[in-house]
Amino acid sequence: MSPSVEFIVQRGTAVSDVFLSLSGPIHQTFLGVAIALLSANVVLFFRRRMSGKRGDPKVAQRIRTWWITLAIFVVMLSVSQTTAVAFFAFVSFIAFKEFLSLIPTRRADHRVLFWAYLAIPLQYLCVGTHWFGMFVIFIPVYMFMWLPTRMVLIGETKGFLRAIGTVQWGLMTTVFSLSHAAMLLAITPVTTARVAANWPTDLSKESCGAALLVFLVVLTQFNDAAQFCWGKSIGKTPLLPKVSPSKTVGGLVGGIISTVILSGLVGPWLTLMDLPRSLLAGLIIGLAGFAGDISIAAFKRDLGVDENAGSLPGHATTLDRVDSLTYTAPLFFHFIYYCYG
Amino acid sequence: MIHALRYLYFLVIVRPVILIVIGLNVRRPNRLPKQGPAVVIANHNSHLDTMVLMTLLGMNRLKDVHPVAAADHFLRNPLMAWFSTKIIGIIPLDREVKGARRDPLAGICEALRQDKILILFPEGSRGSPEQRDEFKTGIAHIAKRFPEIGFTPVFMHGLGRSLPKGEGILVPFFCDVSVGQPIHWTGKKDSFMQQIHETMNRLESELNIPRWEATP
Repeated sequence: MSPSVEFIVQRGTAVSDVFLSLSGPIHQTFLGVAIALLSANVVLFFRRRMSGKRGDPKVAQRIRTWWITLAIFVVMLSVSQTTAVAFFAFVSFIAFKEFLSLIPTRRADHRVLFWAYLAIPLQYLCVGTHWFGMFVIFIPVYMFMWLPTRMVLIGETKGFLRAIGTVQWGLMTTVFSLSHAAMLLAITPVTTARVAANWPTDLSKESCGAALLVFLVVLTQFNDAAQFCWGKSIGKTPLLPKVSPSKTVGGLVGGIISTVILSGLVGPWLTLMDLPRSLLAGLIIGLAGFAGDISIAAFKRDLGVDENAGSLPGHATTLDRVDSLTYTAPLFFHFIYYCYG
Repeated sequence: MIHALRYLYFLVIVRPVILIVIGLNVRRPNRLPKQGPAVVIANHNSHLDTMVLMTLLGMNRLKDVHPVAAADHFLRNPLMAWFSTKIIGIIPLDREVKGARRDPLAGICEALRQDKILILFPEGSRGSPEQRDEFKTGIAHIAKRFPEIGFTPVFMHGLGRSLPKGEGILVPFFCDVSVGQPIHWTGKKDSFMQQIHETMNRLESELNIPRWEATP
């Protein structure tokens, strides 16, 4: 690292300084993602030119979402960690709202749902203040017990189990699980960790959490794309025709192998993980991403929401975008926490 | 002064709540009237209904938009009356017309003559949440007097879940809005009401409304 950069970091107040305090590999990852997206846009453009067909609108839509996500990540990680936490809280809010809007709810549970919403700022407050002990139990223990208690106090028992079950599932996936992505920012390895941290650059120690977050999001999205592409090219045998007809054995296997390879390449260079841990992280993200994807697909199928409902603005679009992340975030977080926490 | 206050209220409070906290999902917003005189008619589940329609009509049209609201409810005390008429800009309507000597629709007709866009809830009250009631025929009387004015039907779903009658706490749910083609006076009350009824049914069936099979 050049001395001039170090000097600017030490002044450490302005926005640009925070951006510079991110390690070089993080900047290069942003650049890499931008190049990948640009190439995807170019490929799509020429394919449309050559064949004259519009192709799958969902692909173009996804690429647009990734551009926006990239821009948001660059901005929020440049501003401050608190901004990033607030952003994830907002994503949880939108996803939870989409979830509640899609499911039937009981009129009597109005105030219960209000409490469920209140869990969002409280959970992210734990994230923002790095209160790990409360962060891991607030929703699975306290909210888990308080919501049914509040529901019982209303006195309506008809449909009780279904009402509480759906709310709990929504809160766990859209709030508790997703908040683990933001909690990665709080990770700082301790000296007594099971695995010694393998720092790629000097600056990596300071932006350890940011690098892990970027790694998780990039790999999760890459895994989605890889499973989709492998499914289109070599996928034949349907895996779960009743849940999601487009999922194939070829897509799953090809996707996971691609994700493990990319993880092995990017992990040791971007994060504190060494090669074996990076490969393992890639496997976790590959499997968990698939599981998250099909869970949300099953949920939507159960409610009779069209898989292509994404074309309608606001309808489960955020849920669709974060479906894999709801599974990869907590599993990757706890893998990291086990190794380095 | 009061205009500025009204503008500010909608810009700073109403729009953020409707667009961010609630979140709208609108089909064919371009069918909403561009200018007055026009009437927007909608199903009624919540106080938020008015706010959603006024948000959809936008800040540029705000000065011309007036919801028609029950005088007995919104003018029940001086503070409420000031807020309703000055900030929200309601045109009060007497729901009890028995024995009244003056024309109950006078305020509405006057506003339409001044090229205003009116918001009307022909169900007459919010009723039970997410249950559509039969439209009252008052709108037919207005349409008869102003046959050249279009009545734009709008179906909204979700606000009765967010803020139903009798609840003070807002719980966010996405709001689905479906806008229909403007309907004009057909020459007969029955056929006019029938046309509105059928359009509202069509708009409602377009939306995917979650219900558990057991709950009514």
